[in-house]
Amino acid sequence: MSGPLRPTWSGPVGAYVPGRSPMHRLPAGAALVGLLVTGLLTVVLRGPVGALVLLAAAAIAHAVAGLAARRTLHALRPALVVAALAAGWAVLTRGPAHAVEVAADLLALVLAALVVASTTRTDALVDVLVRLARPLRHVGLAPATVALAVALTLRTIPLLVTTTLETRDAARARGLERDPRALVVPAALRAVASARATGEALAARGLGED
Amino acid sequence: MRLLGPVSLVLTERRVAVVGANGSGKSTLARLLNGLVLPSSGRVLVDGLDTATDGPAVRRRVGFLLTDPGAQVVLPTPLEDVALSLRRHRLTAAARDARAREILARFGLADRADTPVHALSGGQRQLLALAGVLAVEPELLVCDEPTTLLDLRWRRHVDGLLASLPQRVVVVTHDLEAASRADRVLVVDEGRVVFDGAAAEGVAYYRDVVCAAPLPGEGGGVPGARTGP
Repeated sequence: MSGPLRPTWSGPVGAYVPGRSPMHRLPAGAALVGLLVTGLLTVVLRGPVGALVLLAAAAIAHAVAGLAARRTLHALRPALVVAALAAGWAVLTRGPAHAVEVAADLLALVLAALVVASTTRTDALVDVLVRLARPLRHVGLAPATVALAVALTLRTIPLLVTTTLETRDAARARGLERDPRALVVPAALRAVASARATGEALAARGLGED
Repeated sequence: MRLLGPVSLVLTERRVAVVGANGSGKSTLARLLNGLVLPSSGRVLVDGLDTATDGPAVRRRVGFLLTDPGAQVVLPTPLEDVALSLRRHRLTAAARDARAREILARFGLADRADTPVHALSGGQRQLLALAGVLAVEPELLVCDEPTTLLDLRWRRHVDGLLASLPQRVVVVTHDLEAASRADRVLVVDEGRVVFDGAAAEGVAYYRDVVCAAPLPGEGGGVPGARTGP
């Protein structure tokens, strides 16, 4: 049977994790507003204390959602690396307090996004996006199509990462791990093929053409 | 590059099977039926609708089941994927959810509704792909080798499901046992329909004439087309 060689990568914007927690029961619109407010607060609140409070709030939301800590830490690895680099630079240029603020703001935002992505079904997300995209009807764009495109784009990010990791495995299997062409070219081709396949899959159900 | 030569067909039977070797053009023939592929000349009409000019309307009538369910299922869990198909019916979120669970139950996937798709078996994934296509309630279902990637047990299960559908079904298959149960069989070889007729004769023609011919590059080929009674 063909199919993914490995489970789909679940990074910071990873896949939905089924559950019955209060975070799962939260309407998608409310979850997205919460995420938006978190983003605004990272800008408005100044200083390390505010940033640490935001990070704590995101961690509490994560705990309430009942998501596995180990899986989350794994998913946050890229964000942790970026936060460490940014904090390192901030220490050198503006001092340790600013470094804490930068790192905590970044991690709070990514963790909040992960909680929303992990507790909000794509279906519910599409419903919200359809409502948000209604004004686009006046410029000739179908809200349902726009919403579907946005939702599938978000869904595609982990798939593309998975595809790239699989391509890397294939290059390694042939001893070509040091040749960037063996990774970049097949990964790009598979990404295009995947986009075409998604289009065909939607067309096969008569979706996305309203 | 020509994938399929001139073909003139009117398909009205409830069950039509298309058989042929790999690369013979049978998948292209199937894809013509819902406009996934458009003819370079001529027309393909589905209930009077032209696939080139009425593509969306055709695709609302004609569901297409791909060989690889991995390419067909686009959302992370079965419930989400079937619910995606149901968006066309303009249901409320709760009604869509309930209907999706009902459909999954009909396909024996009720307890897998929230399971990540990558954790399903190959057979379960193909059932899910079928559920997703049928959720839009097409009048005609075109299946491109729906059982090629399945083991014998799942193959029989999926074949049984396809046989029980109320819709008209056109199935491209390498499974001659399944093809022999169709009302009509088309044999495609090197881009031509070389046989069009009853199932038993079509299967025999494919097995005894097409498969007996040398492989491409080894010379020979299937002689002229034949139409069954």
